[in-house]
Amino acid sequence: MRYAMAVDTRKCVGCSDCVVACQTENNVPHGFCREWVVETMNGTYPQLEIEIRSERCNHCINAPCVRCCPTGASHFAEGGIVLVEHNKCIGCGACMASCPYDARYPHPSGYVDKCTFCIHRIKSGLAPACVAVCPTKCIYFGDLDDPNSDVSMVLKKRKSKTLIPEAGTKPQLYFLI
Amino acid sequence: MEEEIFVSGRMNQLIDPQLNIWHWQIPLYLFMGGMAAGILCIAALYYIRGREKDYSTAVRITPFIAPFLLVFGLIALFIDLRHKLFFWQLYTNIRLQSPMSWGAWTLMVITPVSFIWCALHIRDLFPNWDWKFKWIYELESFFNKYKKVLAWIMLIYGIILGIYTGILLSAFNARPLWNTSIMGPLFLASGLSAGAAATLLLSKNKAERKQFARIDLVLIGIELFLIIHMFMGFLASTQVQIEAAKLFLGGPYTMSFWIFVVIMGMLIPALLEIMELGKFHIPPIVPALLVIFGSLMLRFIIVHAGQVSRWLY
Repeated sequence: MRYAMAVDTRKCVGCSDCVVACQTENNVPHGFCREWVVETMNGTYPQLEIEIRSERCNHCINAPCVRCCPTGASHFAEGGIVLVEHNKCIGCGACMASCPYDARYPHPSGYVDKCTFCIHRIKSGLAPACVAVCPTKCIYFGDLDDPNSDVSMVLKKRKSKTLIPEAGTKPQLYFLI
Repeated sequence: MEEEIFVSGRMNQLIDPQLNIWHWQIPLYLFMGGMAAGILCIAALYYIRGREKDYSTAVRITPFIAPFLLVFGLIALFIDLRHKLFFWQLYTNIRLQSPMSWGAWTLMVITPVSFIWCALHIRDLFPNWDWKFKWIYELESFFNKYKKVLAWIMLIYGIILGIYTGILLSAFNARPLWNTSIMGPLFLASGLSAGAAATLLLSKNKAERKQFARIDLVLIGIELFLIIHMFMGFLASTQVQIEAAKLFLGGPYTMSFWIFVVIMGMLIPALLEIMELGKFHIPPIVPALLVIFGSLMLRFIIVHAGQVSRWLY
């Protein structure tokens, strides 16, 4: 099993509904976010190209945060989801320094927190909060090992990219272009 | 005009607009750990080679600084932790891939060893020292019997401690400035240099001072070579590392790095030590303190600048 997510940059309107849904679902403390929206604009006026991405932890296959964690608090859960075990985390900050996407944040309680792909929802058969709430249905989630899952189907049909693949982390958050 | 605009909705504290999770605690610890490693390595090396009579300050007196450095370093590390009550998790797990785990276990070995080493030499500082209990005397004679083994442990773990302070940073591929294998040897050389400076500062023996001025000179030469090598490597590497090097070559850290670390911490003490080895009389406190200051600044500047350097996407 290999969970992954794909975000359609052509359908995303940057409404940030996913961000708010995530914060509500996961009780993210005020002033922090587990996921966020990035807007880039490139080109020469009037030929401009805009890309909107809903970003979060990339749940990398070769995750540097798991490698550098001195206590094993950062670990791979089922389907390759990268999780932090709060009672094992000492809050040293090594994982935050090791993440090229800066996807982790220090929770005010002391431990480090990040996107979990809403593993608690997946376990009860629901889609992650950001996927469920998206008004343009531009986020696809599922198991890459299952050829009929939403994410496998859309990645077969469409061209996609990952963020900074040259960092060697093998990210599992795909962006349809 | 070609435009490129990047807007991110993320504004997490200590992460945005740039990483800022490690403040004064980590660089201070890296300095203290490195200097303690240098002091202990030099003491162990001269003891193993049977030169403790010639270099008695380095073997017997200077190591008394090391336990203080290690304990204060550990306190700084503890202050840095955000989930403090769970710190013991470091010692219920061994993670070979994590440099921080290596460091935690190395400190677990070298801190008690440094205390034992000092206890064995306590009469050099306090000639009338009395341990009061018989079993402590028995313990003392036991360690005296195996002092050479102790020295070997101190030497090997000293090198691991000195080099790990650099590898800790170089293991982070996400921060291009840190991500160079030069960091380990550079921090080891800098720690050894600070350790040699400590003996230069404390020694009252002229021959010993001369020897340590010579050692320091060689180490400064190695450090300069490594720094030049590091920048050559960066400039010949990918865009992110070129930009990391530019932080020091015209960027915001240029002045502080070249003035505090290279000129004040290396070139001036090297010049003073050369003069000392010649006919001039230079008070040893001046080059020694400059070297220690440079070693401290190196850690602060590298840790801060590393958090600024990043991948672009």
